[in-house]
Amino acid sequence: MPAVKANSNTQTDDDQAPTTPLVEFSKDQDLAAYEMMLSIRRFEEKAGQMYGMGLIGGFCHLYIGQEAVVVGMQMALKEGDQVITGYRDHGHMIACGMDAKGVMAELTGRAHGYSKGKGGSMHMFSKEKGFYGGHGIVGAQVPLGTGLAFANRYRGNDNVTLAYFGDGAANQGQVYESFNMAELWKLPVVYVIENNRYAMGTSSTRSSAETNLSRRGLSFKIPGEQVDGMDVRAVKAAADKAVAWCRAGKGPYILEMLTYRYRGHSMSDPAKYRTREEVDKVRTTHDPIDMVRLRVLEKKFAKEEDLKKIDASVRDLVNEAAEFATHDPEPDPSELFTEIYR
Amino acid sequence: MPTNILMPALSPTMEKGNLAKWLKKEGDTIKSGDIIAEIETDKATMEVEASDEGTLGKILIAEGTQDVAVNTPIAVILNEGEDASSVKAEAPAAAKAEKTEEKAEAKPEAAAPKEEKAPAAPAAPVHAVAADPDVPEGTEMVTITMREALRDAMAEEMRRDGDVFVMGEEVAEYQGAYKVTQGLLQEFGDKRVIDTPITEHGFAGLGVGAALAGLKPIVEFMTFNFAMQAIDQIINSAAKTLYMSGGQMGAQIVFRGPNGAAARVGAQHSQDYSAWYSNIPGLRVISPSNPADAKGLLKAAIRDPNPVIFLENEILYGQSGPVPKMDDFVLPIGKAKVARAGKDVTIISWSMGMQYALKAADELAKDGIEAEVIDLRTLKPMDTETFIASVKKTGRAVTVEEGWQQSGVGAEIAARIMEQAFDYLDAPVARVSGKEVPMPYAANLEKLALPSVAEVVEAAKAVCYR
Repeated sequence: MPAVKANSNTQTDDDQAPTTPLVEFSKDQDLAAYEMMLSIRRFEEKAGQMYGMGLIGGFCHLYIGQEAVVVGMQMALKEGDQVITGYRDHGHMIACGMDAKGVMAELTGRAHGYSKGKGGSMHMFSKEKGFYGGHGIVGAQVPLGTGLAFANRYRGNDNVTLAYFGDGAANQGQVYESFNMAELWKLPVVYVIENNRYAMGTSSTRSSAETNLSRRGLSFKIPGEQVDGMDVRAVKAAADKAVAWCRAGKGPYILEMLTYRYRGHSMSDPAKYRTREEVDKVRTTHDPIDMVRLRVLEKKFAKEEDLKKIDASVRDLVNEAAEFATHDPEPDPSELFTEIYR
Repeated sequence: MPTNILMPALSPTMEKGNLAKWLKKEGDTIKSGDIIAEIETDKATMEVEASDEGTLGKILIAEGTQDVAVNTPIAVILNEGEDASSVKAEAPAAAKAEKTEEKAEAKPEAAAPKEEKAPAAPAAPVHAVAADPDVPEGTEMVTITMREALRDAMAEEMRRDGDVFVMGEEVAEYQGAYKVTQGLLQEFGDKRVIDTPITEHGFAGLGVGAALAGLKPIVEFMTFNFAMQAIDQIINSAAKTLYMSGGQMGAQIVFRGPNGAAARVGAQHSQDYSAWYSNIPGLRVISPSNPADAKGLLKAAIRDPNPVIFLENEILYGQSGPVPKMDDFVLPIGKAKVARAGKDVTIISWSMGMQYALKAADELAKDGIEAEVIDLRTLKPMDTETFIASVKKTGRAVTVEEGWQQSGVGAEIAARIMEQAFDYLDAPVARVSGKEVPMPYAANLEKLALPSVAEVVEAAKAVCYR
């Protein structure tokens, strides 16, 4: 991965301003981030494995490599804030605190999945955890997220919505319709662009006239900045700034997360549009989890054995979820006609 | 316990593949994410990543093996402290594990022979509808326009519930492009009566998002022609989320505005979307023909917890009719109305189509044919019961709609009559509809493209063999 060139745009500056400075994590923060990122990775690896076994059907888009983004963003949220994203969504659900068993059982299409098996990988929700999906149409979550923020403003609370989308969705027209309304009405929404460099098989340089996506809000006067999305501390620092901006009633904010997915676009993508070397390079030099692991050991926040304990408990959690999702029954046929209307 | 690596399925349809190459050999240390083998499918060569850690204990399927079935163990990974000798001991267990998976996999097929006996799907629920509320004797009837009736419905519901707001192009300061929202800004302020930019896809999606968060938006489209820009949000987000979320969240939202042909505005501003929206599970579709129904049904739509498509008509906005002066006049969604009683032929329509239907009934009466005219009012759920009862009495039916005939609402009505009243029919059901052309601009051609009273009269006489 090329060195991250981070830029910040505000209404007055162009793209020369520095990005939000990174703030070192405390021991607790580092260990919490480590555990959450590892949970997401192990969950996704297990999901990939279960897909391979035919237990998960259809499309399955894994989040492996991008874990620092959701984990860092989530650390800036408080009770009542909302999260919405597209279909690469398992990581967001785990980070929101949704139960791994319920998520995995939805992936296997079973009765105790979050959507009773009726949604699948791309369509999962948890009102309780403030997770509003899980949307299968690229970019559609952006106006929806803007509407969640509208509801916060309408009610006069200080909650903030995180609307995640990718570098691919950044070329959908409805994103800009949303930007316009969000700034016009000063809606408390952080647009988190997860730029993993490939919209399915099309690299951002082949799809985007302006590849610095943090600048995509400029003509709507929305400030934006690029963030090293592989470093959870950088994500958290930028998230704190953006969320505070929104809570203060100053309107929307754009964070472009420079990140990378290790796996194919979906399980059935052979990923021939990039080299193995490119993937390996990010993996070995810039892995979000390894970086925390090294730091934790270096700072003596934990010993190797402590981390092994965390690894083991994460594995147990994921295996338990897989076990549950494998043996949970399919939804009752009577579910076919429920929840179409209320 | 040693872990089996199974032949993975790499697409929803893959059943077998070739083991092209091993990239690790027995004794190698394996980390999660390591590429261990390459597999050829019918579409591509894919890399297999390890998702377990340990030592590659044994390769069970040699490289170059063709047509390896999905879920076949291809290698064994040993955990710390295990050696290859434990592989043998574990082999039966591994085979067993494989079998259970196979069983899980094969379930749909195993169930297949039973399929004939097993019911294919449970019966669809029946939508129970209450009758129209009684209007007490002596209730004053006020004559107002459809436009005023719609405005009054919104104002009453906004007074009743602070979560209801209206948004759309020109709804506030301009007082509504067709003046339907006249006066709302003055009463409710700009927090609840919101002018949007010209951005249908965006504000429809924003409205749905606000509804998912529990607000109750009324989204006005200046006309439904422009809602085509927003139809993804209406169908994919508003109509489907309740189901996809297992009932956790849905959108209480009304999309309203004029639908169908106005006059001389050409092909892109004259389309009838009745059939489009009434095709979608998760939506309710209402299309009233007169001020009283418009008021009672719009109030019901705003209170309904589901997404509602409320199709109005520009030509009808200025037409007046009596509306009962009551504190809370709400009509049931999904209930048709017998607008004129008769015994010889049933004419079924809604919205603007009722103009043709009722005038045709007058004409037919002059020839001694007593037509029963049914106003559907709600297209989804459709009140089949009311028109079936009528057809059983008359034995003849004509549908009238401005929309196109193929896959139209008339086609649906005809199919239901055929299914439920076939033996009562004395003639095939006739359909009067818009002609299958983009709406022309020229006055004479436009007239030809739309249904007419004469066509309805002719169709009614034809089914009466007159």
